[in-house]
Amino acid sequence: MADNFDALLNALPLILEGLIITLQLTVGGAILAMATAVVLGVLAQQDNILLRGFARVIIEFFRGTSLVVQLFWLFFVLPQFGLSFPAMAVGIAALGLNYGAYGAEIVRGSINSVPAGQWEATTALSLSKLQGMRRVIFPQAWALMIPSLSNLLVHLLKGTAIVSFITMADLTFRIDQLRVDTNTFFAYGVGLVLYFLIAYVLTLAMNALEARAKHKLGRGVSLPEALNLRSADTGVTSSTKEHV
Amino acid sequence: MEKRYGDNVVLRGLNFDVAKGDRVTLIGPSGSGKTTILRLVMTLEEAEGGYIFVDGEPLTHEERGGARVEMKGSHKHRLRQRIGMVFQQFNLFPNMTVMQNIIEAPVHVLGMSKKAAIAKAEGLLEQVGLADKAHSHPLELSGGQQQRVAIARALAMDPEILLLDEVTSALDPEIVGEVLGILRHIAETTDITMLIVTHEMQFARDVSNRVLMFDGGRIIEEATPEVMFSNPQHERTQSFLQAVLGNPMVEAAE
Amino acid sequence: MNVVWEWDKAFEVLPVLLSGFFQVTLLVTVLSTVIAAVLGLVIAIVRRSAPRPIGRVVGFVVDFIRMTPIVVQLLFAYYAFLNVSPIVIGIAVFGIHYSTYMAEVYRAGIDSVPESQWEATTALSMSRYRIWTAVVVPQALRATAPALGNYAISMFKDTPFLLTIGVVEMVQAGLIFGGNNFKYLEAITIAGVIFLLASYPTSLLIGRLEKRLAFSN
Repeated sequence: MADNFDALLNALPLILEGLIITLQLTVGGAILAMATAVVLGVLAQQDNILLRGFARVIIEFFRGTSLVVQLFWLFFVLPQFGLSFPAMAVGIAALGLNYGAYGAEIVRGSINSVPAGQWEATTALSLSKLQGMRRVIFPQAWALMIPSLSNLLVHLLKGTAIVSFITMADLTFRIDQLRVDTNTFFAYGVGLVLYFLIAYVLTLAMNALEARAKHKLGRGVSLPEALNLRSADTGVTSSTKEHV
Repeated sequence: MEKRYGDNVVLRGLNFDVAKGDRVTLIGPSGSGKTTILRLVMTLEEAEGGYIFVDGEPLTHEERGGARVEMKGSHKHRLRQRIGMVFQQFNLFPNMTVMQNIIEAPVHVLGMSKKAAIAKAEGLLEQVGLADKAHSHPLELSGGQQQRVAIARALAMDPEILLLDEVTSALDPEIVGEVLGILRHIAETTDITMLIVTHEMQFARDVSNRVLMFDGGRIIEEATPEVMFSNPQHERTQSFLQAVLGNPMVEAAE
Repeated sequence: MNVVWEWDKAFEVLPVLLSGFFQVTLLVTVLSTVIAAVLGLVIAIVRRSAPRPIGRVVGFVVDFIRMTPIVVQLLFAYYAFLNVSPIVIGIAVFGIHYSTYMAEVYRAGIDSVPESQWEATTALSMSRYRIWTAVVVPQALRATAPALGNYAISMFKDTPFLLTIGVVEMVQAGLIFGGNNFKYLEAITIAGVIFLLASYPTSLLIGRLEKRLAFSN
């Protein structure tokens, strides 16, 4: 066991490097995904059939063709057309576009669930469509979409673990190296715990964002709720009552 | 001001004018098309045919060479600024405080300075009795308070025409009076043209100078409130008023 | 750099991809979905009815699995059970990973069974077994079918992760072909198209099912 920890200590600088790459992919991917999600999500709920159709095709394309396929297409096929990008850029692009397409559905759904009366009030006050969206509808939709975006962010983090196949020495890659010097259980134990901790921190941060967004809508949320790990993948919160 | 509609499922062959400063109450059974009229005037819905004129200008469509042509967005936007609306469900913006709700349109549509808009909003809040709630969130207010904020928000745009769509229907009976009191006061102290859809017949009687009885998307009777409530001519009007009021006024007339 | 689409390469790679698709991708998706559906229900019931400490431990393990990458889990299981065939490892890991998502869906379904139903089972002195099998699960399951379908689709699109443990599924088969021919365009593009052709109509069907269920409620 002591040997394992010695090996871990020796490998620590490299593991940190891997961790940083994983975090860069996660943050970069999340930023691109969010931008993609907002643009496509807003377009997908327009009345104009061309804009809506365009958004739908892009969304279904990126949702339907699998992250790994997109990653490999950008990494293996594009260079054959003479378009080579650094692996980091390819990773961020694939993660951002893929999860952005999923996010677009979340954005669209949240915008649609803002009550119609809110749009009507913006019209009655002569706000333009853009003003209404930016100042009234989106801030309300934002509070609705955070729990789902939080889940998506964890998915994105988990998705980064494939990038060693496009030559990147991310956390998973470094953990696999650690396995050689230690053993399977120890190395992957460390790896899984590290990923879990990142996911946990991301979820807490998103919960805090949600609490803030809800607070802005005049709906307070207690701190224990804000620090609850379990987020609403299913949109239903558990009752604390115990049956049977 | 002139409005005309045709060929709508909800409203058929409808044609009526509202003069500046008129207070017109639309009454009738639910589904008779009263609310639809307000929503058409506010451009929340589009009619399949017919025309609406505001101060002589076509609002959403005009007749050009025998065809019904949609007006430009900028034209609609400009005319719409002269119209305000208060909704049954208040529709305050929950992401903004009371003050932010009121100054939103004056600042971002009319281009008023924030300072001037706030000063104006404070006056309006005073008028609706909520001066102390400027920094509250809408969801912290009672229904009656929310509706009073919504009235202040509509007035902040200095509308020439105010549309009141069943503004007390979502309120508890005991607070209906405070909202109606504020509207009465506005009616007495301004010359804003009002189109009112309400089930509060006493309010209609006090505030309006004309009452239109709707049924099946048509106006079946038009009269001053005095005549409409004491001596309705149409059989449907009589039975409607009897149903909503168990109407002592009608009974007295019979 | 004059790369163009070559139809002969496309027709050459198509059978390779399809065999990977049917022999691995589809097989893993179907078997793992069955595991996820059953195991997820077990987890949901245990979390709801077991004593609180046990429920908490199960809850933590479930969160841990749900919030860590399936790629790392695959590698872990692969090295931990070197004598087990990678495809079996793959099926088990996908099934377990997605069971943690399914458990959440079932939990929501169970929570949606009205309090009055539980009270009725108490009033009838029903056994714990009968309460779950005769009353709660049948009511809870109805609404969960679309979610199960959606997770099956995302599992389907996650199957290329299997290449990390050397399972030659469709995308890996395409990569190998591409490497041998110094040409990836056809193989990877067609793999993407197959994913799209298989998943899009399925998700449309699930969407319709979802609407029907919501409507009939």
